[in-house]
Amino acid sequence: MAEPPPRRRADGGHAERRGPDVDHVDGVRLPELDGAPPKNALPRTLGWLSLALGVGALAEPTPLARLTGVDDSPAAVAVIRAVGARELSHGAALVAGRHPGGWVWTRVLGDAMDLTLLGRALAHRRGERRRRLALTTAVIAGITAVDLAVAVAATRARRARDRMIRISLGVTVNRSPADAYRFWRDLENLPRFMAHLESVRADDLRRSHWIARGPAGRHIEWDAEIIDDQPNRSVAWRSLPGAQVPNAGRVRFLPAPGDRGTEVRVQLAYAPPAGSLGRAVAKLFGEEPEQQVRDDLRRFKQMLEAGEVVRSDGSPNGISVRQQVMQRPAQPLPDTRR
Amino acid sequence: MKATAWMGTDHVKVIDVPDPKLMNARDAIVKISTTAICGSDLHLYHGYIPAMRKGDILGHEFMGEVVEVGPQVRNLKPGDRVVVPFPIACGHCSSCQRGLYSVCENSNPNAGIAEKVMGHSPAGIFGYSHLLGGYAGGQAEYARVPFADIGPLKVPDEIPDDQAVTLADVFPTGYMGAEMCDIKPGQVIAVWGAGPVGLLAAASARLLGAERVIVIDRFPYRLRLAEQHAGAETINYEHTDVLDTLNELTAGRGPDACIDAVGLEGHHGNAAIYAYDRAKQATRTETERPFALREAILACRSGGVVSVIGAYGGVVDKFPMGAFMNRSLTMRTGQCHVQRYTRPLLERIQRGEIDPSFVVSHRMPLRDAPKGYKIFQKKQDECTKVLLKV
Ligand SMILES: [Zn+2]
Ligand SMILES: [Zn+2]
Repeated sequence: MAEPPPRRRADGGHAERRGPDVDHVDGVRLPELDGAPPKNALPRTLGWLSLALGVGALAEPTPLARLTGVDDSPAAVAVIRAVGARELSHGAALVAGRHPGGWVWTRVLGDAMDLTLLGRALAHRRGERRRRLALTTAVIAGITAVDLAVAVAATRARRARDRMIRISLGVTVNRSPADAYRFWRDLENLPRFMAHLESVRADDLRRSHWIARGPAGRHIEWDAEIIDDQPNRSVAWRSLPGAQVPNAGRVRFLPAPGDRGTEVRVQLAYAPPAGSLGRAVAKLFGEEPEQQVRDDLRRFKQMLEAGEVVRSDGSPNGISVRQQVMQRPAQPLPDTRR
Repeated sequence: MKATAWMGTDHVKVIDVPDPKLMNARDAIVKISTTAICGSDLHLYHGYIPAMRKGDILGHEFMGEVVEVGPQVRNLKPGDRVVVPFPIACGHCSSCQRGLYSVCENSNPNAGIAEKVMGHSPAGIFGYSHLLGGYAGGQAEYARVPFADIGPLKVPDEIPDDQAVTLADVFPTGYMGAEMCDIKPGQVIAVWGAGPVGLLAAASARLLGAERVIVIDRFPYRLRLAEQHAGAETINYEHTDVLDTLNELTAGRGPDACIDAVGLEGHHGNAAIYAYDRAKQATRTETERPFALREAILACRSGGVVSVIGAYGGVVDKFPMGAFMNRSLTMRTGQCHVQRYTRPLLERIQRGEIDPSFVVSHRMPLRDAPKGYKIFQKKQDECTKVLLKV
C-alpha cells in the first residue's frame, strides 16, 4: 500500500501547538501567542557567571582555596573541584537550556549547600582565615539572594504564561485574502461578528480602544496597538500595559489550496485576572471559550460570503451571546411585532 | 397571524403569533397560499428530532405571494408568486457555488450546536428544530424567507399551487434520489417507500430512463399510485419476502440501484427485527429504525448504488458493512439541494412530462392542520399527502 502523504500539522486549540506552515508569514513572534521564553536576560547572565566560576575552580583549585580561606582543610581542593563541576553543569544548563528559569532553582540549591559547608568551616576558623571565610560567606550569601530573586521571578513569569488562555482556530472563507484582510483590518468591523465586543474605536492606524460587554452590564475596556501589519497577509495586535485583561492576537490570511478562497487563521491569548473580574471574564467566555471564537469566525465568514450575520427566529439577534445560550422557540417574538 | 405550532410529542396546534418581519437585507416576507405536511414533519410530530421547543412553527414546504422584500432582494417584488425551497442557502459559500445548497455553510445560525451532533453543520431548514437554525416554518399565514434572492422560484400563473408546492421538497427530493442512481438504459431501480417522495422518486426514475421500477411498501393504496403514476411493479413487504422477490424479478442480479425513501421511522414485516429497533429507539440507544436501508444494501446488485433520501437524524445500528464493502456498493446521500432542481423540474411540469400533484390526497384549511397531522400519521382515509390552504 502506498505511503500516505505527510499530513500538515493540525492547528488545534492547545496552548503549545502553533499553526502549520504559517509561522514565517509575518514578521513578529508574540510571546503571548507563540510561547517563547520571556525576555529575561538574568538567568543566562547567571549562567555565564557559573561557567566562569566552574572553570576557575577546576583549573586553579589551590589558589581559590587560599583566597576563600578554606585551604587548611584536607578535603578543600576536592570540594572546590566538585563545586566547580557543579557550577559548570548549572552554567551550561542556564546558558543553553530551554527553560533557564527552572535551572535557577538548582543554583539556589547549590548556593544553600555552599553556605552550609561554609558555616560549618567558619565554626573552626580563627584570625585571617576566619576573616576570609566570612567574606566568602557574605559573597555567596549575596549571590544566593540574587539567585533566589531571579528564580522566583522566572517561576512567576512561567506561571503567568501557563495561566494564559490561548486559542488557535481557523475558518475557510470563499473570498480573496485581500478581501478578508481589508474587512478585518478595519478594526471597527470586529464587533459586527465578535459577540463579546461592544465596540472598537480606531484612534489611528496603530492604536485602538476596545470595549467588551460583560455579564450584568459590566464592561471591560482596554487599549491595544497593532504591532505587525502585513497587508493582505496578517495582522497582530496586543493590549497596551495597564489592561485589566492583558491579551494579544494575530490573524493570518492564507490562500486556501485548490482555489477555495482564504484560510483565516486566528490566534488569541488572554490572561484572565483573579477575583470578581476574573469570574466575570470566565463567565463572558463561557466554559468553552474556543466555541465562542469559532462562532465569531463563523459570523466573520457569513459577513464576507453572505453579506450579513444570519438571523433566525430562534436566534434573532445574530450575535448575542445570551441568544446563543437561551435560544427561544422558532416563532416570531413579541418584540418583533410590526 | 395563525400558525401551526409544535406543542410536544404528537401534539400540534394552530395558534396566534405575531407576523414575521424582515431581519436581514436579503429577506422576503411571503403570504402563504399553500403549504404541505411532509413525512419528515411526522418525525418532528413523533418527537424524534432533538432541539424542538414548544411553540415552534412547523412547515418547510410552502408557496405564496411575496408581500415585502429587503433592500438586497432585486429579483423579486411584492406580488410575485413563488415556491420556496426547504433548505435555506446563501448562494455564495463554496458549497452553494458547487450546487450543494442543503449543506450551505452560512445559513444555520446555530451551527455550533449542529456541529456537536454531526461534525459539520448542514444548512438551516424552515421549521425544522433549533439544531437546523431555529427558523419559523411555513404552515402559517406568512413566512420570512432568508436569502430570498437565491431560493424562491417564480411560478407562472398557469401552474396550479398543487403542482408548484411539490417543488419545495418532495418532487426535487424524489428526483435527486433517482438522479443519484446514475441510471443507464436497461436498468432496474427499486424504491423503498411509497410515500410522496418514494412515488416521485419512482416517477423520476422513469423520466431518467429506467427500464423497470419496483416500489416496496405496505399500504395497497400507495402501491396502487406507484403502479398508476410511475408504471412501477410493486412489492407489499407484509405479504412477500422482499429480497427473494427482487432476486426473482431481476433473475438473480438484484436491482441496479436502490432508493431508500423511508428514513428513520421505517416499519418492517419481521416483528422481531421491528421490536428490536423500536426498543433501541425508544431507549435512545439508537435514533433510527433503518430497515429499509439494511434491506436496500442487501438487495442491491454487486457494484450498484444505494441512494438515501429518507431522513435520518442520528446513529444507525447493525449497518451491514460487510455486504456493503464486499460487494463494491456505492452509497449516495443528501438532503435535497432543492435550489438546483426547481427550475428544470418546473420546465418538465410545463412540458407535460409529469404532474407531481398525483401524490396529493388531501386538501384542507390551515386551521385543520392538527387533523391533517393525525390522518397522515395514521394513514387514515388513504392519506398520502396533505396540503393546507391558507
Ligand atoms: Zn418535506
Ligand atoms: Zn451557502
